[in-house]
Amino acid sequence: MKRVTLALTLALAAGLTAQAADAQTLKTVKDRGVLSCGVSQGLPGFSSPDDKGNWTGLDVDVCRAIAAAIFNDPTKVKFVPTSAKDRFTALQSGEIDVLSRNTTWTISRDTSLGANFTGVTYYDGQGFMVKKSLKVNSALELNSASVCVQTGTTTEQNLADYFKANNMKYEVIAFGTNDETVKAYEAGRCDVFTTDQSGLYSNRLKLANPNDHMVLPEIISKEPLGPMVRHGDDQWFDIVKWTLFALVTTEELGITSKNVDEKAKIENPELKRVLGSDGNFGEQLGLTKDWVIRIVKATGNYGEVFDRNVGAGSPLGITRGLNNLWNKGGLQYAPPIR
Amino acid sequence: MSDITSSGYVRQDLLAERPAPVKTTGFVGLVRTRLLNSPTNILITIVSALLLWFTVVPSVKFLFVDAVWTGTDRTACLTENGACWPYIQAKLPQLIYGFYPEAERWRVDLVLILSVVLLLPLLIPRLPAKGINASLFFFAFPVVAFFLLHGGGITGFGLSWTAGLLQLFDDSIIGAGQALLSLSKTSAIAPLLWVLGNLVVLVGTAIYWLIFPLTWLRDQLEGTGQSVWTDFAITTIVVSLIAFMMGGGVRTGWRPLAWSIATFAAIAAVIKLMGLDHGGLPVVQTRLWGGLLVTLVVSVAGIVTSLPIGIALALGRRSTIPLIRIFSIAFIEFWRGVPLITVLFFATYMLPLFLPGNFTVDGLVRALIGIALFTGAYQAENVRGGLAAIPRGQGEAAAALGLSWWKTTSLIVLPQALRHVIPNLVNSFISLFKDTSLVSIVALFDLLGSLRASFADPKWSAPSILFTGFAFVGIIYFLFCFGMSRYSLFVENRLNAHRRN
Amino acid sequence: MSTEARKPPAQIALKIRRVLGGKAGWNGVAVQLAFAAVLGWIGYEIVSNARANLENQHIAAGFGFLRNNAGFDVNQTLISYTGSDTFLRVFVVGLLNTLVVSVVGIFFATVIGFVVALCRLSPNWLLSRVGEIYVEVIRNLPVLFQILFWYLAVLAALPNPRQSISLLGIAFVSNRGLVIPQPIGQAGLDPFLAVLLFGIVASLALRTYARRALFQRGQVIRIWPYVLGLLFGLPLVTMLLFGLPFTFELPQLKGFNFAGGSRIIPEFVALTLALSTYTAAFIAEIVRAGILSVHKGQMEAGASLGLSRGTTLRLIVVPQAMRVIVPPLTNQYLNLTKNSSLAVAIGYPDLVSVWAGTSLSQTGQAIEIIAMTMGVYLLISLITSAIMSVYGWRVSRSLGA
Repeated sequence: MKRVTLALTLALAAGLTAQAADAQTLKTVKDRGVLSCGVSQGLPGFSSPDDKGNWTGLDVDVCRAIAAAIFNDPTKVKFVPTSAKDRFTALQSGEIDVLSRNTTWTISRDTSLGANFTGVTYYDGQGFMVKKSLKVNSALELNSASVCVQTGTTTEQNLADYFKANNMKYEVIAFGTNDETVKAYEAGRCDVFTTDQSGLYSNRLKLANPNDHMVLPEIISKEPLGPMVRHGDDQWFDIVKWTLFALVTTEELGITSKNVDEKAKIENPELKRVLGSDGNFGEQLGLTKDWVIRIVKATGNYGEVFDRNVGAGSPLGITRGLNNLWNKGGLQYAPPIR
Repeated sequence: MSDITSSGYVRQDLLAERPAPVKTTGFVGLVRTRLLNSPTNILITIVSALLLWFTVVPSVKFLFVDAVWTGTDRTACLTENGACWPYIQAKLPQLIYGFYPEAERWRVDLVLILSVVLLLPLLIPRLPAKGINASLFFFAFPVVAFFLLHGGGITGFGLSWTAGLLQLFDDSIIGAGQALLSLSKTSAIAPLLWVLGNLVVLVGTAIYWLIFPLTWLRDQLEGTGQSVWTDFAITTIVVSLIAFMMGGGVRTGWRPLAWSIATFAAIAAVIKLMGLDHGGLPVVQTRLWGGLLVTLVVSVAGIVTSLPIGIALALGRRSTIPLIRIFSIAFIEFWRGVPLITVLFFATYMLPLFLPGNFTVDGLVRALIGIALFTGAYQAENVRGGLAAIPRGQGEAAAALGLSWWKTTSLIVLPQALRHVIPNLVNSFISLFKDTSLVSIVALFDLLGSLRASFADPKWSAPSILFTGFAFVGIIYFLFCFGMSRYSLFVENRLNAHRRN
Repeated sequence: MSTEARKPPAQIALKIRRVLGGKAGWNGVAVQLAFAAVLGWIGYEIVSNARANLENQHIAAGFGFLRNNAGFDVNQTLISYTGSDTFLRVFVVGLLNTLVVSVVGIFFATVIGFVVALCRLSPNWLLSRVGEIYVEVIRNLPVLFQILFWYLAVLAALPNPRQSISLLGIAFVSNRGLVIPQPIGQAGLDPFLAVLLFGIVASLALRTYARRALFQRGQVIRIWPYVLGLLFGLPLVTMLLFGLPFTFELPQLKGFNFAGGSRIIPEFVALTLALSTYTAAFIAEIVRAGILSVHKGQMEAGASLGLSRGTTLRLIVVPQAMRVIVPPLTNQYLNLTKNSSLAVAIGYPDLVSVWAGTSLSQTGQAIEIIAMTMGVYLLISLITSAIMSVYGWRVSRSLGA
C-alpha cells in the first residue's frame, strides 16, 4: 500500500499532465498552450540545440510551422529530445504530440507501432563515410572493414543486408547514441561510419577535421524521413499532413516569408484559396482561415526551410536533389488546396 | 675511613661516549625497519617506488605541468599534450546545472545552500536539537526543494488531495467489480464470479458514499476562488483536533496541539513566501536538469525514499505472519538479484505500460521509482542487521510491560536498531552516489552523462579533452565518496566507542 | 497408583492459529486477507492496464517473436551466428558473452585482489601504502566511470591495424583488438583430448592416493615423475601415433583488417580490465579482513615452529581465513556478473546490450524482453545464494554442534 501511494503521490506531485490518448490531440494541445514536439538528441541541420538551449533544424521548423498554424506563434513549442530507442514509446504514451525526428517511413513502423506517417520532409538514403586516408572510392571496396553504427535503427539492418548481398564480410560495432558512434569512428575504432546521408554530412561537422573525411557515393537504401503522429486521431493527422503540403505548395506558387503579404493582395483565384481569402479550408482542418499565411510567416516555404537548415545557406551544403519540387526534378509534390 | 677516591675499583675518568642506539622511530627509523631491512624488502621497496613513479609523475605532468590554463576554443588545446582546463571552465555550468535556464539557477544554488545548512548540524554529533533538525531535513526540505527546483504551485491542500486519492481507489475498485461481473457472463464459474463481482461493486459504492462528503466539499472549494487557503484552514483544524485527541485530550493534549499548529503555521509561511497559491515559481522541466544537480537529487531522493521501504521490508521479513514474511523475502531477493541497469530499463520502458493510458510519468520520476525500490531492498538487509543486533531481552521486557507489537517496535526496537544502521546507511549512500552514473544509460543527464554530452561539442574538439574531462569528474566523485567514507568511519568509531577495549 | 507422564493435549486449534497467523493469531489472518486483497488489486491494475496499453499500441504480446529473424549482426559470438538467425539465438549469444566476460573477470579479480590484500598486509611500509592508495582510489570512483576510462585508455593507446604492434610475427595488437592464431582441429584432435582428460583425472587420483598414504601411513610418495609422464608423455605419444591435433591459422593483414586467426575485441579487454580492477579492490578488503580475523597467535605459533612467513600464511592462516572470506567473496563475484551489464555503454555485445538494447528497439516487446533479462540475472543470483547457504551449513556443521 505504502509503495502504491508513494508511487501515485510521486506521480501526482511531479506535475504530471494528463493527456488523453484518443482523438482529442488538437484540443489537448490548445488547452496546454504549447505543442510537444519529439526531436533528436542533437543532429545539426535537423534538430540540434545551441548552448543556450535554442533548437534549430529542418524537423524543428516543421514543428514550428504546426505551432504557428495553431497558435500563430512559432515559439509555442516544447522540444523533447528522444533517443532512437524511446522515440516511439514517447509518442505512444502521449508525452509528445508529433515525432519530428528524422524517422524513416517503413511498413512495420506504420502498422505495428500505433502511429502514422504524415508525409516525407526529406527523401534520404543510407550511405557510408570513411577517412580520406584509406583511399577508398566506393562502398564495394569495403570488404572486411569495421563499421560503426547506431543500434536500434533501420541502418543496422540495411547494413547487414547490403554486405550480405555483395558477399562482403564486415565487423559491426554498435553504440546506443549517435554521439558515441561518431566518437568511436573518430577515435579510429572503426573504418566506416554509416547512417542516412544527411546524417553523414551533419555529423561530419561535429568532427575535429571535417575535411579528412569523405562521404562515399553509394546510397544503399531508401530512407524517406517524415513526422509521425498517433493512430486514431484523423483530425490531428490531417493538420500535420497539410502543414507539410502547405510548405511545398507555397514554394510551388513562389510564396516566401518576405512576399506573402503582397501575394495575399493579388487577385489570383489559386493564391486566394491558398492564402485563405477564398473558401474555408482552414476551418475544415480545425485551424483558422489564414493558416497558410501563419505558416509561411513563421518558417518560410519548403525551399527556405531546406536552404536555411541543410542546403546552400547552411554549413551542411546539401543539394536539393530528390528533395526538389516535382517540376524541377525532385519528388516534393503537394495535392491541390481546393 | 679510607679515601674513597683512591680505591682500585672506582673509576677515575669518564667512559668514552658510545654511539647512539639504532633509531627505530621517525623517518630514518621507518626506512630502516620497514623499508630496507632485508634484501626482499629492498627489492619490494624499489618496485613499489617505481610503480608510484610511473603512475604519479605522468599524471601530475598531464594535470599541471603540461596543462593549458587559458583559452577560448579548441585552438588553445590542440598543440599541447596536457590537460585542457579552459574546456572545463567553459563547460562547468553544464556539468553542474545541466541545461537549467540561466535565469533560474539561483533556485538551484538556494537549494544547495539550504541542504548544507540543514545537513551539517545533523552530521556533527555534538550539536543538539537533532529531532527538529532531522524532521526539517527529511520532511520539510524535500518538499521545499521540489517546489524550488521544479516550480509550479498547488491548487488544493490536504482535503482535496485526500479526496482525490480516495476517489481514485474507489473508481478502481468499482472498475474491478464491473470487470468481474462482465467476466462472469462468459465464464464457467459464473455464479461465483457474479456474487464476487456484485460484492466488490457493493463495497465500492459503499466507499463512494462514505467519501461523498469529502468529494462534495472539494468540488465546492474548487468553485470558489480561494481554494488553497480554505482547504488549508480546514486541514489545519482537522489535523490539530486529531492531534489533540490522540495526545490525550484536555489533560495532556496541549503539547501535540501546539506542535501541530506551529507546523501548519510554518507551512503557511512557506506557501506565502514562494507564492505557491498563485502558481509558484516558473516550471523547469526535469528534462533540462543535468550534471551534479541530477546526481545529488537522485542520490538524496533515493536514500530518503528507500529508508521507509527498507524498514517496512525488514520488519515484514522478521514477522511471523506467513504471507507478509513470504512476500517480503521474495521482494527483497528479487530486487537484490537483478542489476541496477535492468531495474532502470524496467522503470523506463515497462512502468508506463502498467499505468492507465492517460498517465504520463516524468522520466526522472521513473528512474527514481526504480532506484527507490532497488535501494529499498538493500536497505532492508541493513536494517535487518541492525534489528538482529538488539538483544532479545528488550522485546521480552517490553512484553512484560504490556506494550503491543507496534509500540514495542516504534518506541524500543527501532530507535536502537537505527543506531547500528547509520554506518551502513552512509555506505549505501556512497554506493548510490556512484550508481547514479547509470542513469546516463537511460537518457538522463547526470554528472557523467553531462560530461559525455559535452564531448560532442565541435568547438572544443581536441585530443586531450577526453582525459581532462574524466580527470575532473573523477576528482569530484573521489572527493565526495572519500569524504563520505571517512565520515562513516568517524561515526562508526563514535557509536562503538563503548565497545572498544 | 502410577503417575506416568501424560502426552500433552492436542491443541489443534492453537496450532492452526499459529500456522495461519503467526504470533498475531486471528488478527494475523485478518491482516493477511487485507494484504492479499491489496496485492490482488495492484496485480489486477497492472495486468489490465498493460493489456489495454499493448492493445492501443498494436504490440503483440507473447514470445512468438523469438522465432523471427533478427536481421542484425553481432560483433563477438562464441557460437556461429549470422544476421538471418532467430532472436532466440541472439539471446543465447548475448548470454554466452556475459558469461565469458564474467568468468574471465572473476579469475583476474581474484588474483589481483589477493595480491593487493597481501600488499596491504605487508610489513613493508611503501608497499602497504601503494595497496591502500589502490583500494581507496578504485573504490571511490563509479564503475561506469572506470569502464569508460579504460575503454578510452585502451583505444587511445593502441594503433591502427595498418600500424599494429606484432608479437613474434604471429599475433598482432591494434585498436581493432588482439589477433592470435586460431587452432583448427585436425584428425588427431579427438584422441589427443581424450588422452589429456585421462591424464588429468589420473593425476588427480594419484595425488589423492599419495596424500592418503602420507596422512595415514607417513609414507612419502613422489608423484611428479608420473604426473609429468601422464600429462606430457602420453599426449606426445598420441600425437606421434595419430598426427597433429591442430594446425594454426595465422592472421594476415588484408585490406582493412586481419583475415584469419581469432580476435579479442578491445571492448572485451577494456570491460575485463575495468571489472577486474574494480572488484579486486573490494576483494582485497574482504581478504584482508579475513586474514586479520585469524588470531595473531596462529602466526606466532607458525613462527615458533620455524616456518617462514610465506609458509605460515599458506598452510595455517589462509585456510582458516577462507571461512570468513568465502561468503562475501561470492557476493563480490555476483556483483561482478551484474556489473558486466554495463557493457552497453561501450558497445560490448553482452546480454543487456544485445537483448534489452538492440532487440528491444527492433521488436518493441518490452515486457517479454526485460522479463527474460531480469530472469536470467535472478537465476544466477539465486543459484549462487543457494550454493552459499549449503556452504554455510557445512561450515557451521564442521565447526561443531
